[in-house]
Amino acid sequence: MNVELLLFYAFAAVIVFAAGMVITIRNPVHAALFLVLAFFASAGVWLLLEAEFLAITLVLVYVGAVMVLFLFVIMMLDINLTPLKEGFTRYLPVGVLISLVLILEMAMIVGPERFGLEAIADPAGHGPDYSNTKELGRLLYTTYVYPFEIAAVILVVAIIAAIVITLRPIRQSKYISPDKQVKVRREDRVRIVKMPAEKKNQEDSQ
Amino acid sequence: MISLTHFLILGAVLFCMSVAGIFLNRKNVIILLMAIELMLLAVNINFIAFSHYLGDTAGQIFVFFILTVAAAEAAIGLAILVVVFRNRHTINVDDLDSLKG
Repeated sequence: MNVELLLFYAFAAVIVFAAGMVITIRNPVHAALFLVLAFFASAGVWLLLEAEFLAITLVLVYVGAVMVLFLFVIMMLDINLTPLKEGFTRYLPVGVLISLVLILEMAMIVGPERFGLEAIADPAGHGPDYSNTKELGRLLYTTYVYPFEIAAVILVVAIIAAIVITLRPIRQSKYISPDKQVKVRREDRVRIVKMPAEKKNQEDSQ
Repeated sequence: MISLTHFLILGAVLFCMSVAGIFLNRKNVIILLMAIELMLLAVNINFIAFSHYLGDTAGQIFVFFILTVAAAEAAIGLAILVVVFRNRHTINVDDLDSLKG
């Protein structure tokens, strides 16, 4: 058993343990922290697969941004946890049964007879001057430049959508809505009343 | 030596655990979102494993885009969650039935 296999089993054990804690633990804050652990361990697995850039991206983007957002939201909401755990034991047999069936089916497909070392050999490692980041950047800015720009647009849409959804209109200040102001017609504001003109003599006689 | 099967089985186990998580925590929207993140992680592990063993960097590019979309999805999902909690004072899925679905 060499070092790589040992490292793989260590990381895999951490990932499976953390995932199990995420789906069973009561407190959502602890679940989010175990999810962070799962992301760290999978970054290690990705390093074993020589995807260095994506491993660092996973730590920076997921652990640094997405999970912090999760923790922010969980701590901001004052959640009553008691009703949220109802039915946990009721659905436990069904969930375990379905996931076991799924694992068995997938294991039959991806078993060693199709994807083992005899079927797909371990590729020779890259030389010391090979840069995974450089290779990804070269592909990203040539072949995949159009999808890359679409991804940028998706991020902008997500920013604007998240801000607009959570924005609360400020009601303290008295202000006039411009569209209502533009729509005003003269008939809404001024009423012209027809009445007979009064004479000066009548006023004197009274 | 590590074979491709090792990584694929790891991805399969992770995916199935998150499916079980969706079954177990069907009341709590936050845990549901976390289970979806775990599923995407399992998919990403498969992509990178195939990319390594087939010697094609396109798989890693795809993981890059999945990370982008997952970040956008998490941001919008959490924004919707915050608004729902602000209006209904609960995130229990059973209470969110005003559409009578």
